Amino acid sequence: MIAPFVRSLLAGAVVSGTPLLYATLAEVIGQRAGVVNLGLEGVMLVGAVAAFVTTVHTGSAAAGVLAAGLAGAAFNALFAWLVIDRRANQLATGLALMFAGVGLSALVGAPYIGRPITGLVEMPLPGLAGLPVLGPALFVHDALVYAAVPVAIAVRWALFSTRWGLAVRAVGENPVAAFAAGRDPRVLQYQALLLAGLLGGVAGAHLSIGIAKTWAEWMTAGRGFIAVALVIFARWQPLRAVAGALLFGGAISLGLLLQARGLAVSPFVLDMLPYVLSLAVLAASGGTGRHAAPASLGRVFRGSS
Amino acid sequence: MKARASVATLIVALLAWTGLVTAQPQLIVGILHIGSIADAGYNQAHAEGIQVMKRNLPEVEVIEVENVPEGADAERVMESMIKRGARLVIPASFGYLEPALRVAQRYPDVKFAHPGGYKRLPNLTTYWASTPEAFYLLGMAAGKVTKTNKVGYVVALPISFFLANVNAFELGARAVNPKVETRVVFTGTFLDPAKEATAANALLDQGADVLGVIVDSPITVVQTAEKRGAYSVGYHYLGAQKFAPKGWISGIAFTWGNLYTRFARQVLDGTFKSENILGSLNDDLLTMAPFGPAVPAEAAGLINAKRQEFAASKAHPFQGPLKDNTGAERLKAGEVFPLTDLGKMNWLVEGVVGQPR
Repeated sequence: MIAPFVRSLLAGAVVSGTPLLYATLAEVIGQRAGVVNLGLEGVMLVGAVAAFVTTVHTGSAAAGVLAAGLAGAAFNALFAWLVIDRRANQLATGLALMFAGVGLSALVGAPYIGRPITGLVEMPLPGLAGLPVLGPALFVHDALVYAAVPVAIAVRWALFSTRWGLAVRAVGENPVAAFAAGRDPRVLQYQALLLAGLLGGVAGAHLSIGIAKTWAEWMTAGRGFIAVALVIFARWQPLRAVAGALLFGGAISLGLLLQARGLAVSPFVLDMLPYVLSLAVLAASGGTGRHAAPASLGRVFRGSS
Repeated sequence: MKARASVATLIVALLAWTGLVTAQPQLIVGILHIGSIADAGYNQAHAEGIQVMKRNLPEVEVIEVENVPEGADAERVMESMIKRGARLVIPASFGYLEPALRVAQRYPDVKFAHPGGYKRLPNLTTYWASTPEAFYLLGMAAGKVTKTNKVGYVVALPISFFLANVNAFELGARAVNPKVETRVVFTGTFLDPAKEATAANALLDQGADVLGVIVDSPITVVQTAEKRGAYSVGYHYLGAQKFAPKGWISGIAFTWGNLYTRFARQVLDGTFKSENILGSLNDDLLTMAPFGPAVPAEAAGLINAKRQEFAASKAHPFQGPLKDNTGAERLKAGEVFPLTDLGKMNWLVEGVVGQPR
């Protein structure tokens, strides 16, 4: 009785957590460069619709993921231009970008509602998929699920083990100092936001052509904002984002699974589970460390010439 | 700036010109949707009803607004429709009732038609199609098809009309297969396809081999069932069958076209009256999809016979004695739960695994 439950819970946590992880990584990169992007929800939607439309036309889910990444990056480039070149307020621009993404994706996606696609298919990993409990829970998924943790490791490597990452983080902490050290904060922020847009688009792709295999207006249903919150939860650390996304995905999955098993608890209470759990973990971990957030987060670099 | 201004002037002029040359429509109908009209679900059914009305009555013009939040926004949209000449307003969501009542009181000459409302005014009529009989029939089909005797239902929220549907479904299933239990998972939202997929998988993991769905659009749940070799019943969108060529059992959807045509005709010839219209499978407000290949011919015969009994009022989906799923008696032998009172059904019937609140 317990093994199928654990299998179901783990599989649900991994699948629900995957788009959250890509989105959280996207926001981590942007915020490390000092830019808060509340428009992530819109970036995800643009990615989701690009993936779906491309998959309908080409029949190729790989092309869909590629299109989502490019569309997400292009859409985030608009945000980058506004906050970096036009020096617009990041929070207001982000919210505007979100609504623009909602509208744009709805417009593009409307003719595609109800179109059947195959989308990303589950590929059991040879050998590993045969393991008891863990096999079907962790190793019978689509390619984007398998790639999620390696991507998190790659983001960690890029941010913390490369000169580029050092420069990006320097911009997030003190753009003037980075500028004085010979790096152009604007270029680095553009690079970070393009990469973030790419990952945000992929997060959307996993929703539309991975999990739901359908397009619906505003199908991200707030996940872009959850990801922004998860960044704080993860203390701007890519690997902690893995834990955060899994925990949140697991809580969503647990609430639904407990209902399916007939637990005598109100569905409204179970619906609060992910948020209550997040609060509990935040309380237990003592909140945000003093040096966790990039010091210049949200500030506009005005140049020092 | 100058160029922009002249373009704007040109557009205004064009609009004015088209307004002059087009004949004044005999009737303008305004309709408000809570979501997108291309949702392959609840809103699309209303929008398609309006399209049917337009085909039947080409002289009618339509103002259609999507994604209108319930509350003050809905009131503003209705007022602006009226100012643009609308004489019939259809606020096509349950939550528009209170705003519609307020606007209807301010504009007694404008007619309103509200779906599912329980309050009326001389110029505000209500309409709905009663779904429990149809869900009972879907349950019969599922009861005949299931091998694990477990059905899973993915439902948006535990509101009384949805509980009634699940109850009727379980009663229909048990009528043909006493061992069937229906497990309900509430997603807490009308539109979150990824969460619907997770809920569907959770139910399938618990041994369900038939899935039903009461959310905005059935596509995701029907697809998830098909992918995992399970059966499915749809709701709101008859086209969902194409997502489940093997596992499709059947589904129901609202078909409002003829009713909307009737409303428009009544406003045109001055015979509009406020009443409580409650349609069903017996008229054209609710349509049942053809059975899929999974449903045996014997079951189809049984279901059609029951459908005739419902039509002739010889049977009732909620016929006592009935217990709820806590064991408490809800209906005594011989009692029925009136279909006009579904708003009060706040319990789940014996055999349903789930929490009604």
